[in-house]
Amino acid sequence: MKSNNAAPGYSLFHPRWYRPRVSTYWWLHQWSYLKFVLRELSSIFVALFVVITLLQLRALSHGPQAYADFQKWMKSPAVIALNAVSFVFVLFHVVTWFHLAPRAMAVRFAGKRVPELLIVGANYAAWVAISVVVAWFLRGG
Amino acid sequence: MAHQVPILRRPVHRGSVGMAETIKLEVARYSPERDAAPRFETFQVPLRKEWVVLDALNYIKDRLDGSLTFRWSCRMGICGSCGMMVNGEPKLTCATFLADYAPAPVRVEPLRYFPIVRDLVIEMTDFLRKLRAMKPWIIRKEEKSLPEGEYLQTPQQLDSYKQYSMCINCMLCYAACPVYGLDPLFSGPAAIALAQRYNLDSRDEGANERFPILSQHEGIWACTFVGECTEVCPKHVDPAGAIQRYKLTAAKEWFKSLLLPWGVR
Repeated sequence: MKSNNAAPGYSLFHPRWYRPRVSTYWWLHQWSYLKFVLRELSSIFVALFVVITLLQLRALSHGPQAYADFQKWMKSPAVIALNAVSFVFVLFHVVTWFHLAPRAMAVRFAGKRVPELLIVGANYAAWVAISVVVAWFLRGG
Repeated sequence: MAHQVPILRRPVHRGSVGMAETIKLEVARYSPERDAAPRFETFQVPLRKEWVVLDALNYIKDRLDGSLTFRWSCRMGICGSCGMMVNGEPKLTCATFLADYAPAPVRVEPLRYFPIVRDLVIEMTDFLRKLRAMKPWIIRKEEKSLPEGEYLQTPQQLDSYKQYSMCINCMLCYAACPVYGLDPLFSGPAAIALAQRYNLDSRDEGANERFPILSQHEGIWACTFVGECTEVCPKHVDPAGAIQRYKLTAAKEWFKSLLLPWGVR
């Protein structure tokens, strides 16, 4: 925000307005703002999960030795800690975005707007269904 | 006559003003002639069950300090003039009850992110300019002639934009939006919601004229979906929803312009 240093002095037609500055820590002043910043930050951890999956695929393509090394790396305490933090952020990411979904989609059915809860519920249902499919694959393998 | 005592005592008890029946109001004051920055002044006002913050401000102006400056008009949540920060939250002061905050003091400040003219009065030209840029009126390629009659609309067509038409231009959504605070060029929640109000109106044919204003960075794309505009809206307009939905529309238009040959667009 521009400061009002250049503002003219008070006169009848040019009142001297006070222009408040936005604090650098505006996101700490309100829980809803902090939640927003954490939600934005969570995308970094989502990306991290994607990178780890890509590394896993790379290790897989490089043969059994490379994959064993990858698994050993995954078991190191630092990586476990990082993954634990990432997991919490990814969960936060999922939940916050699921709850924002009905705001971004105005789904209409038979002339009426589909209730918000139903859209959120559908997202959760899809999440559970896909997780079951993944679990089924893992158990099969 | 001992039996009369309870009857006599009652009015005496009611008439006394104890500490419990007043509330402190910390009001932001700014005089452009005298102050370099806003300061707070504390007033003690009666705490009545049916009193809203605006009643307390009017009490101050009438009885304690006639120089207190603030905007208000209808007292019933439809004019959109009395928006202020109450304990850090954007509120219509005519719909914010003192009793909900008692016994703690209530802090009243001018709407956040706007320049302050005096005390609780903000400068709103920026919002009005942005609203006007959205062409918030029905645009027709060709007006129907009078004998052809009125433009008809089904209840379902009305329903698709009615929510956005409830906006009273109170600017609480701007005071809730950190994006507007950090990037003053952002068109802002209400202006975009009102553009959508006309875009979604079956009688309107101006969506193409509003597209370039809405789809620029300072339009919808500056919005990071904090969602607070919708939370504070006293008329349940849901500006955050309007912006996200238009993002989808703009993305679709962009794809169309990429895929379709010139003539078909």
